Order: sequence, then structure tokens, then C-alpha cells
Amino acid sequence: MLETSFLNNIGLEHYLVLSAVLFSLGMAGVLLRRNLIVLMMSIELMLNAINISFVAFSKFNNNPEGQVMVFFVMTIAAAEAAVGLALAVSIFKRFKEVNIRFFEHLKG
Amino acid sequence: MNHQILIAILLLSPVVGFLLNGVRFKSANYVLAGSIATGAVFVSFICSVLLFLDLVSMPAENRRIAVEFFTWIAVDNLKINAGFVVDQISSIMILIITGVGTLIHLFSIGYMHHDKGVTKYFAYLNLFIFNMLILVLGDSLLTMFVGWEGVGLCSYLLIGFWFSDSAKAAAGMKAFITNRIGDAAFIIGMFILFMTFGTLNMHELNALAPTTIEASWLGAVTLATLMLFIGATGKSAQIPLYVWLPDAMAGPTPVSALIHAATMVTAGVYMIIRLNPLFIAAPNTMFVIATIGAATAVMAAIIGLTQYDIKKVLAYSTVSQLGYMFLAVGVGAFGAGMMHLMTHAFFKALMFLGSGSVIHGMHEEQDIRKMGGLKKYMPITHFTFLMGWLAIIGFPLFSGFFSKDEILWNAFSSPRGGELFWIAGVIGAILTAFYMTRLMALTFWGKSRLDSKVHPHESSLIMTIPLMILAILSVVGGFVGVPHVIGQYLGHIPNFWEQWLEPVIRAIPANEFVATHAADHEGLEWSLMGTSVALVMISALTAFYFYIIKPGTSEKVRKIFGPVYNFVNHKYFVDEFYFAAVINPIVKQSQNLWFYVDVHFIDKMTYWTADIVKGGGRVAKSFQTGNMQQYAMYIGVGIVVVLSFVLMR
Repeated sequence: MLETSFLNNIGLEHYLVLSAVLFSLGMAGVLLRRNLIVLMMSIELMLNAINISFVAFSKFNNNPEGQVMVFFVMTIAAAEAAVGLALAVSIFKRFKEVNIRFFEHLKG
Repeated sequence: MNHQILIAILLLSPVVGFLLNGVRFKSANYVLAGSIATGAVFVSFICSVLLFLDLVSMPAENRRIAVEFFTWIAVDNLKINAGFVVDQISSIMILIITGVGTLIHLFSIGYMHHDKGVTKYFAYLNLFIFNMLILVLGDSLLTMFVGWEGVGLCSYLLIGFWFSDSAKAAAGMKAFITNRIGDAAFIIGMFILFMTFGTLNMHELNALAPTTIEASWLGAVTLATLMLFIGATGKSAQIPLYVWLPDAMAGPTPVSALIHAATMVTAGVYMIIRLNPLFIAAPNTMFVIATIGAATAVMAAIIGLTQYDIKKVLAYSTVSQLGYMFLAVGVGAFGAGMMHLMTHAFFKALMFLGSGSVIHGMHEEQDIRKMGGLKKYMPITHFTFLMGWLAIIGFPLFSGFFSKDEILWNAFSSPRGGELFWIAGVIGAILTAFYMTRLMALTFWGKSRLDSKVHPHESSLIMTIPLMILAILSVVGGFVGVPHVIGQYLGHIPNFWEQWLEPVIRAIPANEFVATHAADHEGLEWSLMGTSVALVMISALTAFYFYIIKPGTSEKVRKIFGPVYNFVNHKYFVDEFYFAAVINPIVKQSQNLWFYVDVHFIDKMTYWTADIVKGGGRVAKSFQTGNMQQYAMYIGVGIVVVLSFVLMR
């Protein structure tokens, strides 16, 4: 029988640590990677790290507003992904690669 | 006509002339330019005559036309109006300025017709007339000062009119800078007067002037009047600031006649006459004025003996005659000073224009050693010059005789005068007779020393008509102020001049000197007059003997006085002294200031500041790469730093 009692011991801190770790991973990706696709994935990771902390706070404070906020974040993330991927596609069409340095060509 | 309109036309007519000629200053059409300018001044002259006639028709006690156009300055209790006054003094001045001015404008048409800048020349000349009118009509010292500076500017522009010659440009600057020194003192004088009396309006100042005399040297009135007098020494070329006037002869000759003989240089005398109650209250200032005037009259006349440039002789003569006027106002003979101002304006303008005619006829030759015998080539110029000569040496019944005699008599008899002033005046008169006769002899009489290439010719009618009118004025001008002792034998001619000026001239508080001499007053006056006239005649005849009868005599005399002659010929080395004592040290210090303070300190500081800013910019620039990921990192690092600061606290 799987011991499940430790699940009852999971507190707010655990969620926040998870959120912080995911956020840091995402930020490292944004700062260091040059590939646009990876960059967008990293951004997604950061947004979802925030979502985790929203939900965690919502649960532990008995306040549903945090969960409402998560829906907004997810919507915006979807929209951002759509725009970003469209840019990625057009960059790829032009340069056969999706490195962000090609965005310099957008300079006026 | 309404006085306000009349004065507005009087003032603005030359401005219109200035603008009309000023906007088309490159034109070489001398007939058009000359007609506009002469017409503008002539309109002013007509206004002056109308104003004068109005003034005459008024009762003698309140002959005063005062108009105000607008409030110019109103700060706390300082209130200056753009107000103008025509009274006994300024009406004479505007008649001289516009009357003689019209004649000189007319002469200029002939004199300047081959000059390329003729339109610019007439524009300047009109501007000068406007400023001179502001100077004499302004009802407050500040309004007068506006004109005072304006005529200085025009003088500078016209002296340096042929500025491509650097010596002439330098002469213009010399005049301007020398005048600035006097002007600074003039401003200080105004400050003291405003502090003491709380007004700059001359009518109010004259009313407020103390009726008791101020014995101290450091009294407010004495200091203020001394400062104003220093201003006058600059403008009217007296010791120690006279040095600019001889150099001012670099300008066109009609300019010398108008500005540096007839009008502008008399501004100092005019200012003192206008403020006569103030000056009377300060006997120490009056003594200084009379002394400086007498010294200038003699000293400048001595230099005049040695000059060979026809205009330089006349320039030193002007300085000397201005000295006479200051001697007159210094001994309290304001009326006589004013009268000499007028007669001098006539005969000196005449002689300057005559010299212009000679220079024109001789094709720009100014050295009298290369002239001689011009009488037969230029009969009209010679005859008119002769009238001027008789007037300036004070030949009886010519205009200069009356004014000069009046000054000499007052220098002797006035409570503020004395025998020494009379002696100085007579010496001045003797010297004047000598150098003027010398000038006549070397230029017009005797054997011709002309270059065979030069063919002198008489000037055109447009130049000789002004000469003739001025010659008539020089002859009869004195009859407006015939002294009582002479008038009673000439069918009781009253002294119009004294009656006219009497309401605006305050009398000097009498002392016992007049009382003791009152008994033999008439005999004394006749004998003094006889003495001076006799000495003047002897002097003129001596000069005639020196230069016509025995032409070599002057050479011998010069040899005897070798070093003295050299000293005088170099104008007592005053210019050299000023250079050594004032100008060069200032230039040297300025160069030091420039090199050590400006170049090595102020410039360096600004360079350092620029370098610091540039270096800072270079550092800051390295952050702005355009790399978005780098920016994101800055944000991340920033958040970490701020958070750790907030949380660790």
C-alpha cells in the first residue's frame, strides 16, 4: 500500500519552491538561449511557474480569485504563443533558422 | 499747428530720411540720396523755425513748450517720460543743428558725389541729426543721454566711414572709446543727482538746485557736476580727453564740419548751460571747468601753430574754441558761452566746408605746404574763408568778435572769473589769430607751391552756396548779442541775446568785486577790448609778415625753438604718454588675463567638464547594446538586488 500520508504534509512552501525553481529555469532559458522556439517555451515555463503560485495561494487562502487570474494568464499565453510562432515562421522562411539575432533586421 | 505734432515731425523727419536711405544703402544715386537726406533735415529746420516763432510770440516769463509722448521708464520712484522741451536754450540749438545741418547736407551732395557709399553716408548723417535733436530736446538727463550716446555712435560710424583704411577705422574706435570714458562719468553724475534730488528731469533739477553755494569739494552737487563735466570733456574734446578730435578728421570733411565743429562737440557746453543752476551752486566745479577750458584753449592753439594738415589745424582750432566756451561757462557767463557756441558753429562749419572745398578742388590734397596762391583758382572759397577767418580771429564787428569779447570781459569781471583767466583767454586769441592767418597765408595767399600735375578748380554751386550763406551768418551773426558798451554808440542796439536767455540763466550770487569795479565799468571794458583786439591784430600781422612778406622767417624761428617746436609738433607726446601709461598696461594685463585665466583656467575647466561627460557617456553607452536578452538580464539582476535589499533588511 502506497504510503500517502506525506501528501497531507505538503504545505504552501513546497508549491512556492517548485514555482521558484520552474521560474528560474524559465528565466535562465530566456536569458541564455538563442533559439526562438526554446525562448518561447521558456517564457511559457515562467508563466506557468507563476500560475502554480497563484493556484497555491488561492488554495491555501481559500480565495478563488487567484484561480480566475490563472485563466487570464493562460489566455494571454496562448495569444502570445500565436503571435510569437507567426513571427518565428516568417523568420524561418527568410533565414532558414529561428535564431533571435535575425530580429535585428527589423530595425528601421 | 499743435506743438506735439510739430515736435514729432521735427524729430521723425530725419528718421524717415535715415530709413529711406538706409534700406537702399548700396545705391550710388547721389542725387536721390542727397535730396532725401537734405529734404528731411530741411523739414526739421522749418519745424524749428515755426517752434521758434511760437516761442517768440509767448510772454517772456513762460517761454517753454513741453510735450510728452509716452512714459518711457517707470520703476518705483524713477519715472522717465519721452518728453521734449523747446525753450530759450534748446530752440537756438535746434535752429543751429537743423539750419547748419541742412547747409552741410547740401554741401555733401557735391562733396560725396563720386563716393560709392554715398547713400549709406546720408543715412548716417540723418541718424546723427535725429540723435542730436533728442540730445538737445530731451527733458531729462536720461533722454539727453540717449541722444548723447546716439551721436557718439554716428560720430564713430562717420569717422570710420572709409573703414577699409585701417588708420581711419582706428580713429573711429579711438573717438568711441575715449567718449566711453567720459560717458561712464556722466552716468555716475546722473546716479548722484538721482540719489540727491530723486529726479532726473532737468526742469525739476534746476528748480531743486540749492540757491546757496556749496563750498565743499565733496558735496553731492559738486561731485555730480564734476562727473557731468568729465562726461562733457569726453564729448567736447577738453583736456584730458581731447585726443580723439584731431584724429576724427579721418572722416569725410562735411562730417568734420557738422559733427566735430558745429553740433556734437558743443553738447558738453549745452549740457552745462542747461543745468546752469546746479553748476552755479558748485563754485569748485565752475573753477575746474574754467581752468580746464582756459588750459585747453591755449594748449590746443599752440599745437595748431605747428600743423600742416589743413583739417588738423581746424581741428585744434575747434578744441581751442571749445575751451573758450568752457572758460565762459566756467566763469558763469552762460549766455556768452552759448553765443560763442552759435557763432563758432557758423564760422567753423564755414571753414571746415571751405577746407572741404579746397581739398575737393585739389583732388584730396590736405597738406598746406603743397598749396598756396589758391585765391585766384577758388575765388568764392577764398572769399568765404576770409569771412570765417575775420570772424574767428575776432575782427571788430564780425560775429566772433562779439562772442569772444563777451567771454573775455566776463572772464575778467565775473565774480567767478579773474585776471589770469582773462590773460589765458587773450593768449588763446593771439595764438588763434596767428595760426589762422598762417593757414590763410599758406593756403590762399602768396606764391603757389602746387604740383605741376594738380589743376585746382572752384567747386560747383551746390558746394559754394552753403559757403556763402554761412559766410553771411559768420559776418552778421554777432549782432544778436551786441554788448551794451558798443550798442549804445550804434544807435542803441539792445542785447537781444541776453534778454532772450535771461529767464533760464540763474545769476551768480554777487560779491564785492563787482561793486568796486562798477564805477569805472565802461572804461575798463573798452580798454580790455582794445587791448585784446590790438594784440590780435599785431599777432595776425606778424603771421602775415612771417609767411607772406618774408616767407623764410618761420623756418628761422623754428630753428631757434628746435626742441620746443618738436615737442609741440608731436602734440606734447600726449598720445604717446597715454599709450605708455594707460593703454599698453591695460593691453598687457588683458593679454595676461586672456592667457592665464581664460586659456589656462576657464577653457581647461570647460574641456575637463566636457571630457567627464563624454567619458560617462561612453560607459553608459556600453549598456545599451540593443541585445534584448542582455536587457532582460539587467532587469532580472535588478530585481534580485532590490529584493535581496528589501528582504535582508
